[in-house]
Amino acid sequence: MPNFVEPPIESPASLEQAYGLLRDGDGRPWRPLAGGTDVMVQITGEIGEPPARLLDIWAIDELRGIHVEDGALLIGALTTYTAIRRSDEVAGLVPVLAEAAATIGAAQIQNRGTLGGNVVNASPAGDTLPVLLAVDAEFVLGSSDGERTVPARSFWTGYRQTARHDHELLLRVRIPLLSGREVRFRKVGTRRAQAISKVVMALSWRVDGDAWTDVRLGLGSIAATPVRAPATEAALEGQAPTREAADAAAAALSAEIHPIDDVRSTADYRRAVAGRVLHRLIRDNGGW
Amino acid sequence: MTFRFTVNGEPVEVKANGSRRLLDVLREDLALTGTKEGCGEGECGACSVLIDGDVVDACLVPVSQAQGTTVRTVEALAIDGRLNELQQAFLETGGAQCGICTPGMLMAGEAFLAGGAEPTDENIREAIAGNLCRCTGYTKIIEAIALAAQRRTDA
Ligand SMILES: Cc1cc2nc3c(=O)[nH]c(=O)nc-3n(C[C@H](O)[C@H](O)[C@H](O)COP(=O)(O)OP(=O)(O)OC[C@H]3O[C@@H](n4cnc5c(N)ncnc54)[C@H](O)[C@@H]3O)c2cc1C
Ligand code: FES
Ligand code: FES
Repeated sequence: MPNFVEPPIESPASLEQAYGLLRDGDGRPWRPLAGGTDVMVQITGEIGEPPARLLDIWAIDELRGIHVEDGALLIGALTTYTAIRRSDEVAGLVPVLAEAAATIGAAQIQNRGTLGGNVVNASPAGDTLPVLLAVDAEFVLGSSDGERTVPARSFWTGYRQTARHDHELLLRVRIPLLSGREVRFRKVGTRRAQAISKVVMALSWRVDGDAWTDVRLGLGSIAATPVRAPATEAALEGQAPTREAADAAAAALSAEIHPIDDVRSTADYRRAVAGRVLHRLIRDNGGW
Repeated sequence: MTFRFTVNGEPVEVKANGSRRLLDVLREDLALTGTKEGCGEGECGACSVLIDGDVVDACLVPVSQAQGTTVRTVEALAIDGRLNELQQAFLETGGAQCGICTPGMLMAGEAFLAGGAEPTDENIREAIAGNLCRCTGYTKIIEAIALAAQRRTDA
């Protein structure tokens, strides 16, 4: 049975109250608590030092909801996977995000786990993160100083490190909407439900005649952070999705990534699988 | 802190630290021991309860987040001491053996039935994918949920 601690906790009802608490600098950092599906596991103290105090943001309804504004889809940080799967806006505009949400945990996790929690938890295996990289998402952070926006590609700065400051909350995820953008998602896990990914990937492109342009490849579980694969993107940019292009892209990817050995998989396996999954994905869309 | 919410139709008032797990509040403070603890980390679903109709793992919910909600546990299923259709179906198909997973399976099953999705094998599997069972091999549990779904439509 886990040795359970009950850290001090505050549950502000508004952003303003939350910002005020985050500013109170008595030296003990606050750990925000959204759906708790990562934090409540961490507070058993089995994985590391439990948080000194918790800032439960679940009641801050301003952080929920999905809507379109200025050519972008805005998703509140507290939006759950279940809400993403049920959203007409997501289904119509960025269906790949609903597809990724459907692979996360099972009903119990999807009913509580939030997009913002996945982003800030910064696990290299976070399943929505490659998708957010592939669609050039931006993260809007807020504090009593105001708001600032950080692009996904510069948000994860190291293993479980982010560009968020301690006194900031993630407010929403902004996904720019591009006409003609296609996005595909693949997750290779161990079994269907509750699986932590061995390799997860999201590929996006726009079609220009026969060729693919604006190619983006986001990857998870193959480095200390979720990453883009620029050399592989360059190998695909301006190419039609032919067998030759797929061969070149898969080779570029295997050369570009430096996965690790861990309890879930080996580096060689991940490198081979990533190349193969990408090859297959290009083939599926090249019609050969 | 005092937290107020509804459990199985009754309003409750609990004095606890807000980071106390709903699971401990139910089992220890409210003596509702039907909800089980398996893993304590969201993997097994033995602690599944409904909050405002959604199935959640009570081991991952701090009681601060139960404030103002409606919680249902396995104790709410039987009516006047009689098993409901889902419980009855588990009994008939042999969906319960050692019983550790059963309260959680029943709550995941209840959420599935209430959602009104087509009771196909695939949909039922997805609905209980967060609930582990070491005894039954799942088939009898899936049969039980399908049977209860059918009886509810017939009724
Ligand atoms: C059984 C199980 C299965 C899982 N399966 C998967 C899976 O398949 N794929 C996957 O990617 N993940 C999985 N997870 C991990 C987890 O569910 C996700 O990472 C989820 O998105 C976390 O969201 P949350 O709201 O529960 O976050 P919390 O646990 O509340 O928080 C996570 C982290 O983010 C911070 N945080 C949260 N919201 C904010 C905010 N708005 N501003 C600032 N900081 C914030 C917290 O301080 C904490 O550090 C699983 C977890 C469990 C227990
Ligand atoms: S005890 Fe809660 S999921 Fe296992
Ligand atoms: S009946 Fe024993 S674990 Fe399911």
